[in-house]
Amino acid sequence: MGISSLWVYGEVVDGSLSTMTTEMLAKARTLADDVSVVIGGDASDAVAAEAGAHGASTVHATGDLAGGLQGVNVAAAIAGAIEAGSGPAAVLAGTTYDGRDVAARLSVALDAPVITNVVDLEVDGDALVGTEPVFGGTTNVKTRFTGGKAQIALVRPKSFVAEESGGGAAAVAALAVPDTGAAGAAKVTDTFEEQSDGPKLDEANFVASGGRGLGDSEKFAMVEEVAQLMGGAAGASRAIVDAGWVPYSSQVGQTGKVVKPDVYLALGISGATQHLVGMKGSKHIIAINKDEEAPIFGVADLGIVGDVHSVVPKLIEALKARA
Amino acid sequence: MNVVVCVKQIPDPAETGKLNPETKTLDRSSKLILDESDSYGVEMALQLAEAAGGGTVSLVSMAPNNEVSGLRTALAMGAESAVLVSDDALAGSDALSTAKVLAAAIGRTEPDLILAATESSDGYTGTVPEQIAAVMGLPSVTFAKSIEVGDGSVSVQRQTETGYDSVTCPTPCVVSVTAGVVEPRYPSFKGIMAAKSKPVDEVTLADLGIDAGAVGWAGGGQEIVDIEEAEAREAGEKVVDEGDAHERIISFLEDLKVL
Repeated sequence: MGISSLWVYGEVVDGSLSTMTTEMLAKARTLADDVSVVIGGDASDAVAAEAGAHGASTVHATGDLAGGLQGVNVAAAIAGAIEAGSGPAAVLAGTTYDGRDVAARLSVALDAPVITNVVDLEVDGDALVGTEPVFGGTTNVKTRFTGGKAQIALVRPKSFVAEESGGGAAAVAALAVPDTGAAGAAKVTDTFEEQSDGPKLDEANFVASGGRGLGDSEKFAMVEEVAQLMGGAAGASRAIVDAGWVPYSSQVGQTGKVVKPDVYLALGISGATQHLVGMKGSKHIIAINKDEEAPIFGVADLGIVGDVHSVVPKLIEALKARA
Repeated sequence: MNVVVCVKQIPDPAETGKLNPETKTLDRSSKLILDESDSYGVEMALQLAEAAGGGTVSLVSMAPNNEVSGLRTALAMGAESAVLVSDDALAGSDALSTAKVLAAAIGRTEPDLILAATESSDGYTGTVPEQIAAVMGLPSVTFAKSIEVGDGSVSVQRQTETGYDSVTCPTPCVVSVTAGVVEPRYPSFKGIMAAKSKPVDEVTLADLGIDAGAVGWAGGGQEIVDIEEAEAREAGEKVVDEGDAHERIISFLEDLKVL
């Protein structure tokens, strides 16, 4: 019983495994007898060492994808291994741009469901049980796989704490990518890095986020200024992302990033369930909103009933005076 | 340039959602509206068809009870027609079943491009567009910031963790459109009136040649074993700003030793 073999879809950022990947590895090694990492690309010595230190026995690497997208190629490779009898009983991928593609393509290849938005996992017999929060995290739904096929789960970021387990370097194994035909015809022709100062939104210890209460797009500069003065990152509610004020990459919430900073400062955000899912794991929450009935106050350690346009400029001056 | 846009009709997100205690799925028995996430795909399709100097924009949706009110919104924006799949056997369908059904409905036409949102606002699995592509054996690009139509291909700026990738993809293909990248038009009065007489082709699983046993509850491969209240976070202090709230925030931050 139990899960004999589990593969974690590994994403490599600047030559290292992403935090999302090591978070999943921390959980994976409590779920399965053998844990591997599968990556779309070449496995460097550094990645093999890191994967091993986080509990993986093997890194299955496809080799260079020649511009091919991760989703279609990695899924085809995993499905090929499963078909050949050398694949895993379960696959975890992160709820990321590429992780979702991998899980989705794999589910069709295996005709198996994906349990999505998982924040916790346990083993029941030989099946995984995933916990998914719904309605802004007020209710948890636990879902168990029943199909007897490979079990695929998409894990929300920040659900587990990455921690090394002290293993030696993982073995590197070549993983063949079967011909993907027309489905694999999309190619990356160029990659652009957007310049950003300060820490990343999902790694920052301080996050200031703005919502519709800011009134207009120019006022988002206030949010950025507070974030910068605190050495943190600026985020946004879905409302102002949908309105085109800030890019999707700044969105905190159910459809967006999960953040768990030491301090989360919500500026003019009402606290729709969509938003709460992404930030209520923060250690401390401060909220400023004109509407004293705003749901955001239900999760705030310090709630200020007031106008962001009057409180925030004074806060900025006070922070500057201390700098 | 023929574009099919997948749209979902969902319970109004402003209402508190609930689970059907019997089926343990989202209760979708109330009036449904167009998922706002889908308005970006509809807008993108209309813009691409206009830029290409013609072509059709049609819709594909799956919903219980032959619900069309959300479809009418998208038709009022300018889409020409819709295919609506409605069948009792679809209750409890997961993302994979949904993708199989939508793929079959899309397959009835021969689109150059299939657009969808990156994820729905209610179920938010975020897997359906890529699953549709896989079922249809088509290439796909998810999380598009922009789409440019070329000769037999599309060029897409695809969102990444650190910026974006330029991706070239031959058509036909599936592209998911990120919310906020275009400004959805408001339906005009004329558009709303015209939408009432635009064709909505209502089809069943049998019409699509799909075995009812392969989708819905029967096709799930998963079961809900438990539903529980999550641990609630407790609200703290709430103060009304008297002009000095910033000082209260500063002292709060000092107490946490982050200042």
